[in-house]
Amino acid sequence: MTPILLTPRDLAISALLLVLDAALSLALRLGLHRQLGIAAARMVIQLLVVGVILRRVFAAASPALTLAVVMLMAAIAAREVAARPEQRLGRFGNLAVAGSAVAGAACLTAVFALTTAIRPMPWYDPRYAVPLAGIILGNVLNAASLALDALLGSVVRERAAVEAQLALGASFGTAMARLARQAIRRGMLPMINQMSAAGLVTLPGIMTGQILAGLEPMEAVKYQILLMFLLAGGGALASVVAVLLTVRLLTDARQRLRLDRLHPR
Amino acid sequence: MRLAGLRSALAGPFDLVVGHGEAVAISGASGSGKSLFLRMVADLDPNEGEAWLDGRPRAGMRAPDWRARVIYCAAESGWWDSGVGAHFPPGQRVAAAALAGRLGLTADLLTTEVARLSSGERQRLALIRALVRAPAALLLDEPTGALDPAGVARVEALLAERLRAGLVLVLATHDPGQPARLGARQRVMHAGKLEPA
Repeated sequence: MTPILLTPRDLAISALLLVLDAALSLALRLGLHRQLGIAAARMVIQLLVVGVILRRVFAAASPALTLAVVMLMAAIAAREVAARPEQRLGRFGNLAVAGSAVAGAACLTAVFALTTAIRPMPWYDPRYAVPLAGIILGNVLNAASLALDALLGSVVRERAAVEAQLALGASFGTAMARLARQAIRRGMLPMINQMSAAGLVTLPGIMTGQILAGLEPMEAVKYQILLMFLLAGGGALASVVAVLLTVRLLTDARQRLRLDRLHPR
Repeated sequence: MRLAGLRSALAGPFDLVVGHGEAVAISGASGSGKSLFLRMVADLDPNEGEAWLDGRPRAGMRAPDWRARVIYCAAESGWWDSGVGAHFPPGQRVAAAALAGRLGLTADLLTTEVARLSSGERQRLALIRALVRAPAALLLDEPTGALDPAGVARVEALLAERLRAGLVLVLATHDPGQPARLGARQRVMHAGKLEPA
C-alpha cells in the first residue's frame, strides 16, 4: 500500500477549518483570530523550513551534516531543560548538566537503536537518524527537566534535613540519596504512564503517522514498541545523569552542601 | 580540640583550645556569628584555617569522619524521614530510649511521627540523636532554647555527666545562667570575632 500523497489543494481545503475558527473568534468576540493567524502561519513556515532542511540533509547523506543537525537539536533541548528550574546552578551549571544529560542520553539511545534494532545502511543514514534523534530528544528533554527541577527544588526545601545528616557524619551521597531517588523517579514517571496508557487512552503519534503513511498496522505497532523502549531507556538515562551531575555540583571536596552555588532565577 | 585561624569571608579568624571535659559557652547578639562559627568548626561551611582533635588535623581526615567525631546540633533541627525511629541507627535505639527517659521524654516518642513532636521534644531528640553516636566533641547551637526550666535542668545534668566523661563541649547560648551551671568558660561573639567575656 502506498501513502496517499497530499496536494497543496488538499491543504488549502483543510485550512478552511482555520477560517471557521477565525469566524467563530470574531462572532463570539474571543479576540483570538490574530493569534490564531500568527500561530498557524508560524506552524506552516516552520514545518516547511524543516521539510526543506530535512530534504537537503537526506540528499546529502553526509555523516558530518547529520551529526551537526542532531547536535543543534540537542543544544536546543538542553537549553529548554536548563531554563525551566526555579533555581540556577552557578553561571552555566544548569546548562552543563542539561547538555550532558540530554545529549548523552539521546545520542547513546539513538546509536544503540540504529546499530542493533533498526540497522539502516549505513547506520547513520539521516532518514532514520534525524527523526529518531528528534523523538528521543523530546522525551529525554522532558525527563531531564522534571528530574532537575525536582532535585533543585527539594534540596532548597530540605536543606535542614540534608545538613542534619551531614552534621552527624553521613557522607554527602548518603545525605542526598533520598532526594536524588525522588528526583529520578519524578523524571521517569511520565514514561511509565505513557507506556501503560499506550493504545488504550491514545494511539501513539508515531504509530498513527505510520498507519496513515500506509504501513501495515502490526509493522507500525512493532515500531512503536521499539520506540517506547528507546524512550524509556533514554529518559531513565537522562534523569540519572542529570541528577548525579547536579548532586556532584552541589558539593565540594569536604562533602558540604553548597547551596551558595544556587541562585534563584 | 584546637582551632587556629579558622575563618571565612563572614567571620573569624578564630583561635580556641577546648580540652577534654571542658566547656566553652559563647554568647552574643543574634546574627553576631555564633552559628557561623559552630558550622565552620563542623566544616559545614567553606572555611580556611586548621582544626585538630586529639592532635589529629582536620585536613587529614575525611570530612564525614571529622563531623562524626565533632557533631554540630543546629538550633532548628532537621529531620530526614517522617518517622522519628529512622533517625537512630538500629544498634543505638536502646541507648536512645534510655537517654530519652533521662531528658523527660517517653520512650514511645521514638516510634512516633516527627510532625507530631513539639519543638522542645525535637530539640531534646536531636541532642539524643547526636549523643548516641558518641562524639568526642559536641557543638550545640542554643540547645535549650525551646525547653522549660525543668527540661533545661535535665539537659544540663546530662551534659555535665558527659563532660565528666571527657566530652569537648562548645555551645552557643542566650541563657545567662547556663555557662556557670555547666562550669563553662565564657566567650562573647561580637561582629564575627570571639572576645573574652
